[in-house]
Amino acid sequence: MTMSEANTHIEGAHAIDLAHDREAINAFIERLLDEAEGAGFGSSAVFAIRLAIEEAITNAFEHGHDGLDESLTVRVEHKVTPDVLEIAVEDQGPGFRPESLPDPTLLENLSKPSGRGVMLMKAYMSEVLFNDKGNRVRMRYLNSGN
Amino acid sequence: MSESRLRVSDSDGVTLVEFVDRNILDEANIQAINEEITSEIEKSDTPKLLISFSNVDHLSSAALGALITINNKIKEKSGELHLANIDPQIYEVFMITRLNKLFNIHDTTDDARGAFAS
Repeated sequence: MTMSEANTHIEGAHAIDLAHDREAINAFIERLLDEAEGAGFGSSAVFAIRLAIEEAITNAFEHGHDGLDESLTVRVEHKVTPDVLEIAVEDQGPGFRPESLPDPTLLENLSKPSGRGVMLMKAYMSEVLFNDKGNRVRMRYLNSGN
Repeated sequence: MSESRLRVSDSDGVTLVEFVDRNILDEANIQAINEEITSEIEKSDTPKLLISFSNVDHLSSAALGALITINNKIKEKSGELHLANIDPQIYEVFMITRLNKLFNIHDTTDDARGAFAS
């Protein structure tokens, strides 16, 4: 394991390989959110987590696997405790450089239809970390009880 | 043709669009919505569109992208787009992305109707 992989590792996570199938993705997200609610995460947290995981999975399939075999799966790992929800999304694509994304809130970018997923993940989660290759993101939400 | 994801009605020259789904998140759904609204825009020389989010609990950045595309198409035809009934949690998404600066957003559809130029 390289250092960067270690950085986005989730110890003791549950892992699932998701196909690009909306029903399966929805079912996974609903299970994850049920688990978060069961662990004491409130409605603001659940809203944030739903948005962030949706953006991460969409990015993995739409951008990570862009031009690749449609049957490629995306690995999603998660762990929920009463204090923190951790989730990692890893695609099988070549990766990207998140620091190269233009700022979508600049006036000249406001009317561009894409480029807001990563900023929303960062806005709504406590921590968002990409591996060096840029094909895996780990997000954390620290439970404040809201 | 698949089932419509929208409820569309016309009143006083303004086309009101409401969503059937509570969650506007996935690409296929958003693409269908985009195409349906685009066909409404194409019906008019200067489209006046009012989109109500009264049933909507969640939307993704892809949905925001579709709204921007719709806004751009309406501007090309010198039309008007107004948004209304946005849940506070969703309004926060507009604020974070600063899209509250791009769109004309109103509390209610009545407020929005009053904001259309003549």
